[in-house]
Amino acid sequence: MTLNAYLILSTILFCIGLIGVLRRKNVLMLFFSTEIMLNAVNVGLAAISKFHGDLSGQIFAFFIIAVAASEVAIGLGLLILWYKRTGSINLDDIAVMKG
Amino acid sequence: MFEIVAFIIFSVLTISMFSITVLTNNALYALSSLAAGMIFISAFFFLLNADFLGAVQIVVYTGAVMSLYAFGMMFFDSLAEVKEKTKNPRLVFLLSGMLSLIVVIVFIAPIIGQDVEANYPVHPEYGNSVDVGLVLFTKYLVPFEVAAIMLLVAMIGGIVLAGKKMNESYSEMKEDEIDEKIKLDASKKDDK
Repeated sequence: MTLNAYLILSTILFCIGLIGVLRRKNVLMLFFSTEIMLNAVNVGLAAISKFHGDLSGQIFAFFIIAVAASEVAIGLGLLILWYKRTGSINLDDIAVMKG
Repeated sequence: MFEIVAFIIFSVLTISMFSITVLTNNALYALSSLAAGMIFISAFFFLLNADFLGAVQIVVYTGAVMSLYAFGMMFFDSLAEVKEKTKNPRLVFLLSGMLSLIVVIVFIAPIIGQDVEANYPVHPEYGNSVDVGLVLFTKYLVPFEVAAIMLLVAMIGGIVLAGKKMNESYSEMKEDEIDEKIKLDASKKDDK
């Protein structure tokens, strides 16, 4: 397989995640879409790492996985707190600063 | 030949799984299809000779992150319908598309003229895990330690945020009891 095939796949996955972030109003779905986007980037980084013979891509993918893990821990904690306060996981209810 | 077949099969599977995640209205379907998609993603890492990354992907994502989501969803009324309607979708899509294009151009512009060289070349005789470990603990030692501190902070933050009022468990109540309690809490908050 060529590098382009992997990069196209990575782009498609990233676009799926982006559509999720833009369309969904459920905050849990928003988190899922963020995970999809991070994974798409990881595939691209690993592909570039292989086809250029350089390990930096894989190392960056590790750091992205670490960031994703801590994002889930904090985000889910905040969401649980918010759900206990208001009983809603709709994104529009969180927007208290009306513009 | 084998690689091409595997790539096509796994890309179709991954794309369909992630599409289900994004498009379904049921949070449980979304969770399980996301977990499946994560495992299929690890297949690409194995195809790309990044064995260690593939193992980490399975262990961290499907093992830790997905089970964290599964435990987190016990706190939510996860099958409740969330009303989703977007006002002005065209404007949102146009503006975010333009913004991401500009960001990509800004980041790519300095790189695109140069030839990319391998700073940390792959040693096929070591094997992937040894190779990654060597680079991670020499050149990337400081970011590694910072990531460790970040994970510690995230862990403590998660415990502090989610651990409040652990004595009331939604999973032990019935559906109408939960609704009643939420209403009660909301009215209490309004009184304040």
